[in-house]
Amino acid sequence: MATTIIPFGPQHPVLPEPIHLTLKLEDEIVIEAIPALGYVHRGLEKLADIRDYHQMIYVVERVCGICSMIHAVCYSQGIEELMEIEIPKRAEMLRVIWSELHRMHSHLLWLGLFADAFGFEALFMQFWKIRERIMDINEATTGSRVIVSVNVIGGVRADLSPDQIRWILSEIDGVEKDVSALQDTIMNDYSVKHRTVGIGVLTKEQAYELGAAGPMLRGSGVAQDMRMLGYGGYSEIDFEPIVETAGDCWARSTVRFREVLQSIDLVRQAISKLPEGDLAVKVKGNPPEGEIYTRVEQPRGECVYYIRANGTKHLDRLRIRTPTFANIPPMLTVLPGCELADVPVIVLSIDPCISCTER
Amino acid sequence: MKGKVIDVTLDTLVGEVTNMKNDGQRLVTFSTYQEGENKIGILYHFDKDLEPTHLRLVADMDKPIPSVSGVFFSAMLVENEIRDQWDVKFDGLVLDFNRSLFLDPEVIQVPLVSNVKIDPKK
Repeated sequence: MATTIIPFGPQHPVLPEPIHLTLKLEDEIVIEAIPALGYVHRGLEKLADIRDYHQMIYVVERVCGICSMIHAVCYSQGIEELMEIEIPKRAEMLRVIWSELHRMHSHLLWLGLFADAFGFEALFMQFWKIRERIMDINEATTGSRVIVSVNVIGGVRADLSPDQIRWILSEIDGVEKDVSALQDTIMNDYSVKHRTVGIGVLTKEQAYELGAAGPMLRGSGVAQDMRMLGYGGYSEIDFEPIVETAGDCWARSTVRFREVLQSIDLVRQAISKLPEGDLAVKVKGNPPEGEIYTRVEQPRGECVYYIRANGTKHLDRLRIRTPTFANIPPMLTVLPGCELADVPVIVLSIDPCISCTER
Repeated sequence: MKGKVIDVTLDTLVGEVTNMKNDGQRLVTFSTYQEGENKIGILYHFDKDLEPTHLRLVADMDKPIPSVSGVFFSAMLVENEIRDQWDVKFDGLVLDFNRSLFLDPEVIQVPLVSNVKIDPKK
């Protein structure tokens, strides 16, 4: 049969960020997908040469806006471990609260984009409307909607007042009610299931072997989430990873939807366990020295930082492995065999963050 | 560093990675750093039940390194990234972007190695 080459991206209605795929087709069936990256590579890791280890927090927050808080947590906890800094318990729990708010707004953003990918614009607008309440919490508590910039080496630089805590609890009650009202639509609607069930199936064995991360991994039945490591305040919080077993686009979407509700619970738990105390400890002594490998769970999955420090204010090496980077090989594996019309839905189902991936 | 670190050489790398796969380890990623004047250090990070294990390879930058993408397909992307950033070649890479995963053809600077330039691609 004759083959056709279809270029997909870098500009495409379903892609918030640019990635190019060369799709080789026989009739309407994809037989091969070759990626091309590099449209938003910024060389951020190299900035460690000229920015000191305190300033690098602001750099890593800009690896990805949507996950900025959690990038900063991962970097900070790596440096803090190298320097043997124990941060205050209140700071640990505040980091959990803002991290989970980030996870909620990231998943709500994605759920809207996913609905838009299969043409369900009303659902897209509903999810984004709900998301605004989380963005309002970020703005009111940190001064910024997206890059909240509250982390410092040794703790956090912002606090929550009792009034703000009461308001957050009331807002997330509203978010929970609004999100729950959409549960039946995103999970059981005929047209949604028609576009997602059995599409882009990644088996449990494939997900594990290909190094998939986050909802891509858990949607294929692997119960792995870096929050199980109990880093920071997560050690004091009841947490079980959300797992689905079908491995298709529906399963990945359902994991993210259920994680929004789970994050609401985690914020409530963190607030109920928020101790009184300082926000940060003063950083004393020599700059960091040694090497560290540290991991956190971002909305898109496991994020890895490798930091190598030489006792000066500039790091020897900062290496960042983001979850989308891990999810590209699994995506390339599930695309062959699918119909061309399903490619946008499958690509979006990994929640691609390309500027994260390329740094 | 958290987790066990096992030193490997160019000769033992692929065998050790295969052993890790047979042991049910998941390849997480690699990290790289400069070791001395002309050597690259590569840490191959693995994970099993949230327990990390690392293989450490120190090799000359100007000699090819055996690719492990035949053992773990996902290594393909990170090996191409190392090719971009360090101008290190990998033998047996299953999909070779030839130093253009992130970089444009006209880039002659090797991003993570100071004062090293290469010929632009034609």
